[in-house]
Amino acid sequence: MNIIIAGDGKVGSMLTRQLSAEGHDVTVIDSNARVLQSSVEHYDVICVQGNCASMDVLLQAGVRDAELLIAATSQDEVNLLCCTTAHALNRKLHTIARIRNPEYTEQIYRMRDIFGLSMVINPENQAATEIERLLKYPGFLRRDTFAKGRTEIVELRVDAGSKLCNVALAELRSIVKCQVLVCAVLRDGSAAAPKGDFVLREGDRIFVTALSQNLTTLLKNLGILTRRVRSVTLCGGGKISYYLAKRLEKSGISARIIEKDFARCQELCALLPGAEIIHGDISEQDLLESEHVSQADALVTLTGLDELNMIVSLYAASRNVPQVITKLGHTGNRSVIDSLSLGSVLCPRELVCSNIVRYVRAMENQTGAAISVHTIADGQAEAMEFLADETTRNCGRPLKEIRLKPNVLLVSISHGASTEIANGDSAFQQGDTVVVVTNGREVIRQLNDIFA
Amino acid sequence: MNYKMMGRFLAQILALEGIFMLPALIISLSCGDGMAVKGFLVTLGILLAIVVVLSLACRGAPSAFHAREGLVCVGISWIVLSLVGCLPFYISREIPGYIDCLFEIVSGFTTTGASIVPSVEALSKGILYWRSFSHWVGGMGVLVFLLAFTGEKGQGFTMHLLRAESPGPDVGKLVPKMRKTASILYMIYVGLTVLNILFLALGGMPLFEAVCTAFGTAGTGGFGVKNDSLAGYSPYLQNVTTVFMILFGVNFSCYFLLLVRQWKSVFRDEELRWYIGIILGSILLITLNIRGLYDSLGETLRHAAFQVSSIITTTGFATTDFDLWPSFSKTILLCLMVVGACAGSTGGGLKVARVLLLLKGLRRNIRQMLQPRKVELVRSNGRPVEQKVLDNTNAYLAAYVVILFAVFAIISLDGFSAGTNFSAVLCTFNNIGPGLEAVGPTCNFSQFGSLSKLVLCWAMLAGRLEIFPILVLFSRDTWKRR
Repeated sequence: MNIIIAGDGKVGSMLTRQLSAEGHDVTVIDSNARVLQSSVEHYDVICVQGNCASMDVLLQAGVRDAELLIAATSQDEVNLLCCTTAHALNRKLHTIARIRNPEYTEQIYRMRDIFGLSMVINPENQAATEIERLLKYPGFLRRDTFAKGRTEIVELRVDAGSKLCNVALAELRSIVKCQVLVCAVLRDGSAAAPKGDFVLREGDRIFVTALSQNLTTLLKNLGILTRRVRSVTLCGGGKISYYLAKRLEKSGISARIIEKDFARCQELCALLPGAEIIHGDISEQDLLESEHVSQADALVTLTGLDELNMIVSLYAASRNVPQVITKLGHTGNRSVIDSLSLGSVLCPRELVCSNIVRYVRAMENQTGAAISVHTIADGQAEAMEFLADETTRNCGRPLKEIRLKPNVLLVSISHGASTEIANGDSAFQQGDTVVVVTNGREVIRQLNDIFA
Repeated sequence: MNYKMMGRFLAQILALEGIFMLPALIISLSCGDGMAVKGFLVTLGILLAIVVVLSLACRGAPSAFHAREGLVCVGISWIVLSLVGCLPFYISREIPGYIDCLFEIVSGFTTTGASIVPSVEALSKGILYWRSFSHWVGGMGVLVFLLAFTGEKGQGFTMHLLRAESPGPDVGKLVPKMRKTASILYMIYVGLTVLNILFLALGGMPLFEAVCTAFGTAGTGGFGVKNDSLAGYSPYLQNVTTVFMILFGVNFSCYFLLLVRQWKSVFRDEELRWYIGIILGSILLITLNIRGLYDSLGETLRHAAFQVSSIITTTGFATTDFDLWPSFSKTILLCLMVVGACAGSTGGGLKVARVLLLLKGLRRNIRQMLQPRKVELVRSNGRPVEQKVLDNTNAYLAAYVVILFAVFAIISLDGFSAGTNFSAVLCTFNNIGPGLEAVGPTCNFSQFGSLSKLVLCWAMLAGRLEIFPILVLFSRDTWKRR
C-alpha cells in the first residue's frame, strides 16, 4: 500500500519503521531535512522535504497514487489542513490526523466528518482511556479487547503466594471456575507457548483469554483484591491527567492531581471542578508523605520525565499502593523495565502506533487480512482477530481434528452474540470471528495461514 | 479630570430630572395645589437655568473619559440630583426644613424609603407622586436611563458609568451595544412596573395609589401613600406586593435570559436559587417563631412573607409592626437587611451574590489553611471567579463594615438606644427604610438631629451606589492633577 506520513517526529518515525517493515511503500514528508536524512538512512522509505500542507509538496510525495495519509506533525491545524488538502487532491485517499488540543476533543468526531477524515487520533486521550480501563479492573497489568468488547486478553503477574504459583495450566480452570485460556507466558523475558503441563512460577507474566463478563469472577477466584478503585492520585498535570481526571469524574472516582507549575494548577482547577489539585513537586519525598500518596487506591505517574515516573512508581509500589500505572515516553529496554515493579507500563506513542497499524491492516481486510491485531507479551506475540469467510477452510470441524501450525493458538470464537473460549470440541462457522494468538515469528496474513 | 464632559453629563441629567418632574406638576395643577405648583415651577426654573449655564460652559468637551471620571460623575450626579430634587418639598412648604427635604428625596432616589414626614396623608398629591416617582427613577439608575434614551454615543466610557451605577460585584453588558443593554433593562423595568400597577388596580386599589405603590415596589423603595404603609390594604393587594417585591429583587439579566429563552441558565443560576432559598427559609423560621400572634396560620404566613420579602429586597413596606415580634424574628430581619437582594436588581444591601462569594472565599481559605498545597478556585455558576473580583468583594466588605460603624458612632451622638441607632444605620445604608425600636415601621426618622440626618443621607447614597462612587469623592487622589 502507498502510505504518506506527514511529520517525522516521534510518532512519525515509529510509524515509518513499523509500516515499512510490514512491506508498505512509505513516503515521509517533513520540513526538517536532518530528520529526514536519518529516516532515509534507517528505513527503506522515500522522503520529501517541505510543508506537508502545501499542494506542491503533497503532489511531489505522490498523493494522487497514495491510499493513506497520516498527518502527525506537532500542530493540529497543520495536520487538519494537510488532510483536507490531500483529500481534495485525491478523493479516494484515506486520511488520519493527529489532533491533541484538549479544546478540540469534544468536537473531534464532528471534525472528522466536517474535514472528511477517516480517523482522528489523540495520543493523550487514548492513553487516558487505556488507563481508565486498567483502573476499572485493578489486578490486570494490561487489557486487550476483541470481538466488539466481548473477549479480552488480560495480563497477570504471578506473585509470590499467589494461588497461581506452582499450578499446572491444566488445573487452572478448576481454580478460576470459568472459561479461560492461557495463550502466552512470559518467563525471564522470553515468551513461551504453554501446554497443559506447563507449571507456573513466581514472576511469570501470563496472558489469559477470558470473556469480558467473566473478568470479575476471574479476579475473585484468584484472590486478587478487587475492591473498586475510589481514589486515584495522578502525578503530573499534563494532557493525559486532564483527560483521565475528566473520565474518572464521570465514573465517580475521585482524582487528585499533583502538579509542579502553579499556573497550570489554576488552569486545571478551572477545567476540572471535581478534581483535587495539589501544587507541589512530586520529586520531593516530603510532598509524597504529606499528601498521603501511599493511601490512594491507585497511583498513576504521568509526568514528562520517565525517570521521575519510575522513581515515584517504585516508591508507591514499596508502600503497597494496590495499583500502580507508569507512563513512559520511551520503552527501549523492556527487560530492564520488567525487572522493576512499576505496575502497568504504558507508552502513549506505542498505543497510537498500534492503533494506526491496526487501521492499516483493516484497510487490507478486503483481502481477508486480520480485522485487528494486538501486540502482546512485549511484542513477542500477536493476537489477531479474523473473520471466517467462504474461502476459509475447516469450517464446522471441531478444533481437536484440525492441525494448526506450531506456536499458533486459536483462543476464542464469536458467533453472533455468543462468544466462547476455544476448547477441543468447539468449531467455527462461516461468518464467525476468531481470535488467534501466534508468536511473532509466524507470518499470518489470513486465517487460512494458521492451518498446518 | 475631564470636567467639561462631566458638566455635559450633569446638564443632561438635570434636564432629565426636569422632564421627570413634569407629571408631578401636572398632577398638582389638576388638583389645584397652589403651593405645590409653585414649588415645581420654581424648581423647574432653577433647573433650566443650571442646564443652560452648564451646557454653554461645557461646549466642545474632549471625549477622554475614564474609570475615574465615571465614578466621580456618578457620585456627583446623584448628589446634585438630590440637592435640586428636594426643592419642590421645600418651596411648597409641605416639609419645612431643607435638611428634612434633602433626607426625604435622598431616601427617595436611593430607594430607601426612610421618611421624616410625620403624616404622609397630609401631603398633596403632586408631592406624593414626586416622592414615589423618585424611587422608580433611582431604582434602575438615572445614568442608565440617560444611556438608554439619549443620543449620547459613548464608545468605551459608557461602561464606566454603568459599572459605577449598577449594583453587583461583576457588572456586564447583555448585548454588544450599551444603549441597547440600557434600553433592555428599562423595558423590563417598565414592563414589570405596568404589570404591577395592573394587578394592584384589579384588586380595587385607586389608580393614583396603585401607581405610587408600584413605583415604591419597583424601585424597592418603600414610600407609601398611607401612614400605615400597606397595613390597611386587602390581603390580595399585600400578596401582590409581596410577589412583585421578590420579582424586583431578582437580577434583571435573569429576565433578559428568560426573554431570549435560555430557561436553563436561569433555573441553574446560583444567586437566584440562594435568594429564593433564603426567602423561603426565613419565612418558615419567622412563621414558626411568631405563631399565635395572629388569628390564623394564613395571616401569620402572609405577614411573615410580606415582611421577609420587604426587608430582603430592601423595599421597606410593612403590613404589621414587626418591632413587636419576638427578638429571634427581628434578628432574622436584621440579617436579611445586610444580605439584601440579588446583584443587578433594584434592591440594596450587600447582595446575595457578594455574600455567596464571601462565604465561598472563606471556605477556600479555611481549606487552604489545612492543606496549604491544594489549589482551589472559587466558582460561581460553575465558572471560576477571577481573583480580582474576590479581592474587590473583600474590599467592599471592609469598606462596608468601616462605614457602618463610623455612621453608627456619629448618629449615637443624638442619644438614642444602641438598637435604634444600629438598625437606623443598617436600614439607611442598605436602603431599606424602617428599622427597629424608635425608627420602627410605625415611627420615623424626624427625631434625629441635623448632623445625623446629613450623615444618614450620605450613608444612603453610599449604599445605593455601592460605596465606591461616593467614597472616591473624598479621596485626595481623585482630585489630583496629573
